[in-house]
Amino acid sequence: MVTISPVSQKSAQIRFILNGEQTDVSFAPYKTLLEVLREDLNHTGTKHGCELGECGACAVLLDGKPVLSCLLLAVECNAREVETVEGLGANGTLHPLQDAFADLGAAQCGYCTPAILVTAKALLDQNPHPTRDQIREALSGNLCRCTGYLQIFEAVEAAVLEIASHSKST
Amino acid sequence: MPEQKSPPGGKPNGNDGDLRVIGHARRRVDARAKVTGQTRFADDISLPRMAHCKLLRSPHPHARIRSIDISRALAHPGVYLVLTGKDLPIEYGILPVSQDEQALCLDHVRHVGDPVAAVIAREELTAFEALDLIQVDYEILTTISDPEEALATPTPRIHDYGDEGNIHKRVALEFGNVDQGFAEADEIFEDTFFYQGNTHLPIEQHASVATKDPDGKLTIWTSTQTPHYLHRALAKVLQMPPAHIRVIATPNGGGFGGKSDPFNHEIVVAKAALVLDRPVKICLTREEVFYCHRGRHPVLMKFKTGVKKDGSITAMHLQTLIDGGAYGSYGVASTFYTGALQTTTYHVPRYRFQGCRTFTNKPPCGPKRGHGTVQPRFGQEVQLDKIAEKLQIDPADLRLRIAESSNAVTANFFRLSTVNLSECIRRVVKSSDWREKFRKLPEGHGVGLACSAYLTGAGLPIYWNKMPHSGVQLKFDRGGGVTLFCGATEIGQGSDDVLASIVAEVLGLDTFDIRLYTGDTDLGPVDLGSYSSRVTIMAGNAALQAAERAKALIAEAVAERLSVPVERVRFAEKRVFDSAAPGNGVTFTEAVCLAEARFGTIGTVGSYTPPKSPALYKGGGVGPSPTYSYTAAVVEVVVNPVTGWITVPKIWIAHDIGRALNPTLVRGQVEGSVYMGLGEALMEEQEFRRLPKKLSHALVHKFPSILEYKSPTSLDMPDVFTELVEEPDPKGPFGAKEVGQGPLLPIMPAVANAVYDAIGVRIDEVPITPEKIMKALAEKKAGRAPRFGPSHFPHVEWPEALRVPPPWEGGDGNAINDVPRRDKAKPEQPHKSRTPEKDQVLSS
Repeated sequence: MVTISPVSQKSAQIRFILNGEQTDVSFAPYKTLLEVLREDLNHTGTKHGCELGECGACAVLLDGKPVLSCLLLAVECNAREVETVEGLGANGTLHPLQDAFADLGAAQCGYCTPAILVTAKALLDQNPHPTRDQIREALSGNLCRCTGYLQIFEAVEAAVLEIASHSKST
Repeated sequence: MPEQKSPPGGKPNGNDGDLRVIGHARRRVDARAKVTGQTRFADDISLPRMAHCKLLRSPHPHARIRSIDISRALAHPGVYLVLTGKDLPIEYGILPVSQDEQALCLDHVRHVGDPVAAVIAREELTAFEALDLIQVDYEILTTISDPEEALATPTPRIHDYGDEGNIHKRVALEFGNVDQGFAEADEIFEDTFFYQGNTHLPIEQHASVATKDPDGKLTIWTSTQTPHYLHRALAKVLQMPPAHIRVIATPNGGGFGGKSDPFNHEIVVAKAALVLDRPVKICLTREEVFYCHRGRHPVLMKFKTGVKKDGSITAMHLQTLIDGGAYGSYGVASTFYTGALQTTTYHVPRYRFQGCRTFTNKPPCGPKRGHGTVQPRFGQEVQLDKIAEKLQIDPADLRLRIAESSNAVTANFFRLSTVNLSECIRRVVKSSDWREKFRKLPEGHGVGLACSAYLTGAGLPIYWNKMPHSGVQLKFDRGGGVTLFCGATEIGQGSDDVLASIVAEVLGLDTFDIRLYTGDTDLGPVDLGSYSSRVTIMAGNAALQAAERAKALIAEAVAERLSVPVERVRFAEKRVFDSAAPGNGVTFTEAVCLAEARFGTIGTVGSYTPPKSPALYKGGGVGPSPTYSYTAAVVEVVVNPVTGWITVPKIWIAHDIGRALNPTLVRGQVEGSVYMGLGEALMEEQEFRRLPKKLSHALVHKFPSILEYKSPTSLDMPDVFTELVEEPDPKGPFGAKEVGQGPLLPIMPAVANAVYDAIGVRIDEVPITPEKIMKALAEKKAGRAPRFGPSHFPHVEWPEALRVPPPWEGGDGNAINDVPRRDKAKPEQPHKSRTPEKDQVLSS
C-alpha cells in the first residue's frame, strides 16, 4: 500500500521577480529561498557551503541588497525582487565584474564566485568608486578558500574602472 | 611505456622559443562557466526519479555495534531503502596497505560521525526524519583521544591490524653515521614542536549522484580529486567489473587534499542506485564534512640538529609522533612524508628519521596541501632561526650557506633537478628590505623568514604498477576542432587550462579552440588524480607528447602540400606554414584535413611515467619526485603585547616555478597558499573536547561549523608581494614545476620567527594564538624561558632503523640491513619476492 507523505507538499506559492522576470513557484513551505532557487526553479548558480549563514556562498540580492538565501524562507520573498548570478549578464554579454573576475584569476574553483559577484555588484550599485578597504569590508562575509582574496579585490577594482569608462562614453 | 627522456642537452620539454600561449597571463579556459555560475558541481546535478540519501552517524567515539533495527525506518512513508554494514561488508581504503574502512560500519564505530546506516527516500527531509527511527544498540568502548593515550593504551584496539596495540605504523630510517655527525658538530640543538591538526574547509560540501545506466552499468558524478582511485574502490566493494563503472569527477568546489580518498557516501549512493534502479544523491552537511576530514595530522616533533660554527649541518635526527585519527587513509605515506623532505631544502649529510602514527577515536587525518611535510617544515625552519641566532648569523645568510644545489642527490637518495632556493631567498631579502628590518624594527614589530621545498608530483603511484601515471588522447576533426581527453581532475587549480595551454602552444592555436573532457574514467585515459602537485608535470607532459605526435603528422601532410622540407613547417596563429615564407601555408583546419586525407583519422595519445628513483630502500617510495619547487617567504607581523593579537601587514614570497604556464593562475596558487598557510599559522585548528561526564564523556569535535572553525576573511588577508623565479626545468612541460602546495609551507614558520623578532618569545606550536603569546610573555616576565610549546617527546619503542649509506658514503640506495629492493644491474627484472599491493609504500 502506498502511503502519501505530507512532507513535500508544495502548498506554498509565491510570485516574485527573479532576475527581472516575473516568476511563479510552488514549494514546500519550510523551504529556504536557496532551496527553492536550486531545487524548484533549477537556478543552481547560487551555491551553499553550510546552510547556516556562516560561509556566504548562497548570497543573492533581495531588492538590491545582499542576503544569505539559506537563512531566508522563500515565503518571505513574495512580490520582491531577487537577483542571482544568472541575472548578472545581459543579452549574452558578461557583466564587467564577470569579465574582470574571469580575466584576473578571481575565480579558481568558482564555488564562492556567484555570491561574491552579486555582493560586489550590490557594493558598486551603491558606491561606484569603493576603496580597497570598502571592498574588503563588503566581501568579508563571503569566504573563499582558493584565492587569498587579492585577485578578487583587483578584479572588483578593474570592473570599477571599466564601468566608469563605459558610463563616461555613453 | 618507456620512461620519458628529456631532450638532449637538458633543454626543457617543448619548444622553447617564441611562445605565444605559455607564459602569457590569460583568462583560464573554464573562467566563463565559473563567473556565470554554470560550472556544474556535483550537487547541481538533478536527475529524473532521483532519490535522496542521508547517513546515520555514530554519536560515540568508540563502540561496538550490538544490533541495528531498521524496521521502523523502512516503514516510514517515502523511504525506499535502508542500508547497513551487512549490505557493504567489503573493506576498502586509499592505500593497499590500509584497507580498513567500511562504507557503513558493520560492528565497530571508531569516531563520532562514523556512518552506520543509510536511508534513501523520495525527499531529503524524509530520509533525515527516518534516521531517527533507526535503533542502534552500542556497547561503549574506551576512547583513545591522542597519541600518548594510544601508546599507553594498547587495548581496546581501534583496528586489528597495524604495528601493535593502537600504533598504526612505526618507521625508522638512518642515512649515514648520524652519531658520528653529532660528534663532529660544534653545537647541537634539540627542540620540540607541536603542529595542531586543521582541516581543508572546501566551501563545496562533498556531494555525489549515482545512477544505474539503461544498460545496467553504474555512473557516479562526485566531488572527488581522484576518480581513478574511487573507480578501483567501487569495483572492489561493489564486486563489479571496473568496465561497468564510470566515475565522473565533477569540478571540485575546492579540494586541498580533502577529496582524495574514496568516501563511504560515494559507495553508499552507488550501491543504492544499483539496488533501486534509480538515481540517488547525497550532499553532506557542513558538520558531516568535518567528520569526513582527512585533514592535517596533528604532529609532535623533536628535532636534534648538529651544526658547525659556520652553520653547516653535520647531522639531523627527527622524531615525529602523529595523531592519525580513526582510519589509515593516506597515513602510512603521511608518516614517511613527515621525514622525507628535510634533506631536499638544505644539505643534511647524515640523517635519522623515526616516525610513529597512532590511531585515535577522531575523524581520520589524511592529506592536506603540503601533505605531511608541513609540520616538520615548521619545526625545521623555526629551529634554523634559533640556530642562526645562537651562531650570530643572519637567518637568510645561514640558509644561503646550506641551501641544496641543482641536480644533487640527497642523503635519502632523492634526485633533485633545478634548485633555485638561493635566488628565492635573495629576492625576498631584497623586496622585503630584510636587512633594514630584521632585529631593527621597534618592539612589537618583527620580520621572519622561512623556506621550503615541495614535490612536483609523487614519483610512485598509490598502488604498485608499471603503467603511466597520466595519459592524454587528442582527437582532430575536419572542422579544425581539437578535443582533449584526460582523467585529470579540475579542482580549481586550473588543470584544464594547463592541458589546453600546452596543446594550443604546440599546435599554434588558442586555448579556447581546445575542447576538454576531463575527470571521466570512461572518456579519458587514466590520470592518477589531483594530488601531490602532479597534474602540470604528468598530465602536462602527456599532453605535450600527444600534441607533438599530432603536430608531426599534420606537418608531414602540410609539407607535402607546400612542397617544403618538413623541418620548415611551422604552427602559429591557427595556420600551418613555411617558416621561410610565412605567406605560403594553409589554415589549421585545412591542415587537419590534409593530414586526415594522408593518414586516415587523426588521433594521438601521450603518456607520462616519472623517472625511476634511486631511493631503493623500503619507504623510499615516499618523497621522490621528478623535480622539486622551492619557496622563500618573509612575513612581517605586529604583535600587541597587551592582547597578544597578531596582525600581518605584508608578506613577500618568491617561488621557484620553473616556468609559469599562466602567470595569472600561478599567482593565484601562490597567494591562495599564503592565505591558507596564514590561516594555519594564526587560527585554524581541528579541536576536540570531552562532553561532561553526566552526558557521555564522549570525545566530540569542538567546532564542527564554519562559524567556530576560524579561517581568514577578506579583512584578515595581508598584501602579498609575489615573485616568480623562472629557470625552466628539464623535467617539466615547457619547464614548469609545481605551485599549488609549496608556497604554503614557509608561511607558518615565518610567522613564528617574525613573532620572535617582534617580542622575543618563541611559540613552538601552531596555531600561534593570542593566548599562547600571552602565556609566553608571562614566562618571559617571570624570568623563565620565553617560550610556549611542548615540553617533552614521549617514549616510543622504535624499530631497528633501516641503514642506508648516503651517496657520499658509497651507498647504492639500498638498506644494508635489508634485502635489496631492486637489482641495480638488471633494472628491468621485477623483484620476485615482492607482492604487489602488499608491501609497496606509496605516495601522495
